[in-house]
Amino acid sequence: MMAHLVNYIYIVSAALFILSLKWMNSPASARRGVFAGETGMLLAVSGTLLAQNIHNWTWILSAFFIGTAVGIPIAYIMPMTAVPQRTALSHACGALAAALVGTAEFYRSNQLHQPLQTFEMVALVLETLLGFLTFTGSLMAMGKLQEVLPQRPITYKHQNVINFTLFAIAAGLGVRLILAPTDMWIFPVFAGLALLFGVLLIIPIGGADMPTVIALLNSYAGLSACAMGFALDNKLLIIAGALDGSSGLILSIIMCKAMNRSFTNVLFGAFGQVQAGKAAVEQRSYRSASAEEAAAILDSAGSVIIVPGYGLAVAQAQHKIRELFDNLTRRGVDVKFAIHPVAGRMPGHMNVLLAEADIPYDKLSEMDDINSEFPQCDVALVIGANDVTNPGARTDKTSPIYGMPILDVDKACTVMVIKRSMSPGFAGIDNDLYYMDKTLMLFGDAKAFVSEILKELPARVGA
Amino acid sequence: MPSNLELGLYVFMLATFVGLEVIRKVSPLLHTPLMSLTNAISAISVVGAIVITGAEGATLLSKILGFVAITAAVTNIVSGFLITDRMLKMFKKRGEKK
Repeated sequence: MMAHLVNYIYIVSAALFILSLKWMNSPASARRGVFAGETGMLLAVSGTLLAQNIHNWTWILSAFFIGTAVGIPIAYIMPMTAVPQRTALSHACGALAAALVGTAEFYRSNQLHQPLQTFEMVALVLETLLGFLTFTGSLMAMGKLQEVLPQRPITYKHQNVINFTLFAIAAGLGVRLILAPTDMWIFPVFAGLALLFGVLLIIPIGGADMPTVIALLNSYAGLSACAMGFALDNKLLIIAGALDGSSGLILSIIMCKAMNRSFTNVLFGAFGQVQAGKAAVEQRSYRSASAEEAAAILDSAGSVIIVPGYGLAVAQAQHKIRELFDNLTRRGVDVKFAIHPVAGRMPGHMNVLLAEADIPYDKLSEMDDINSEFPQCDVALVIGANDVTNPGARTDKTSPIYGMPILDVDKACTVMVIKRSMSPGFAGIDNDLYYMDKTLMLFGDAKAFVSEILKELPARVGA
Repeated sequence: MPSNLELGLYVFMLATFVGLEVIRKVSPLLHTPLMSLTNAISAISVVGAIVITGAEGATLLSKILGFVAITAAVTNIVSGFLITDRMLKMFKKRGEKK
């Protein structure tokens, strides 16, 4: 009786998962979405525990206990700047879970002398291959984001050839396993190669490409859960995995478009090579201004668009920006934020960082919506962003970022850029924006400089 | 009767299209919470891990692998849903209070 009932419970759970993602379409309904997801999960897990004639309760319940005890602090202590690392870690956990279930399933079928059907073996091989490579790959991505590992691409000779050969061997062993599922010795070698490939796949990718990589790993983790659904003949797993997989796919496509790169280019291009031959930059003249001058310009402006980049988060300037936003808004200045899709370390990251600082989300505008507003805007204030404002991406065919969609900051009446120095940014590309006549460079730490502007501003109230 | 594989592929195909349509409509504003939410949801693989660990006569190897898998998946479920909610609470319109 319960065994049949659980299938119906799974159907309800699947519907709740779909609703959960559907409700994410607006911040107003998003928290309801989380609730729907939680309910679906609770139903599915309790249904499984009650219906499947479960043994070994001690093992299961202690795993639940440990998982909960680890999960709660992660969710509450993790600072918002570290969310990309947490996400990478959770991709690793999800992928590991799928890979280990596949491994256990493989050994069990061999031990019981009940060889799996060919299609189950195909699913199992895909599940473990994707699972293991996503596990180590995500750990590498996490290391890069946490800056435990160097952010610069790690490259060596014949890298792509070696990686490809390794993957081909792993795939070949996978096929061999499918054809001869009783060849036990192959499995550990296959798993080891998948683990190694995950490491080698991610280390040549630079820190700037992490948003795409995280989204791609998200997709892999989902697909590996999906393959588990095929191996265990569980439709709920197939659905949830497919939802996760398609979400990761869409996000990585968005990220790729935002950087004008292709998947192959991100994965095998080693962005680092771009930096070569960038040393010879001629000295060009630029104008700089003090906090007092900057405050005067902001004071007389009617509309201001703030362009935040990850440098803002590095300087921990979010709350100072909020004070600036409040101050200017009180004076009747129309202040908006222009968010480039790759402004943070993962898709949508900058929005979360600004929302944490209590900046209302209706003031956060996406690139496509705000670009038409720059020509009418009095002041564009760029803080901690660089490449995404570089007009060279539109015009300079020799630029490595040529074709990348940018924020049209250069079309504003006045541009102010808070920056530590004139040195080129992360990707090592000079930005023409800084040398325009209407651009004022504000040199200093983002947080300190905004504080100074704020000090200058109140003195002028009513003056 | 269609085989399990056929049925599974149908489900996969339909779920992928539903996923693509639904995710496309998610505002870029919420892409980070979206990723942590889908992550929590795909930790439904805990169901598979429970079945493996709880099977009658499971070997020690099965139990250990299953144990680690459940721990990893439950960590994802708990931290994923909670941190998504924590992030969403921060998104406020102008004038809206906590």
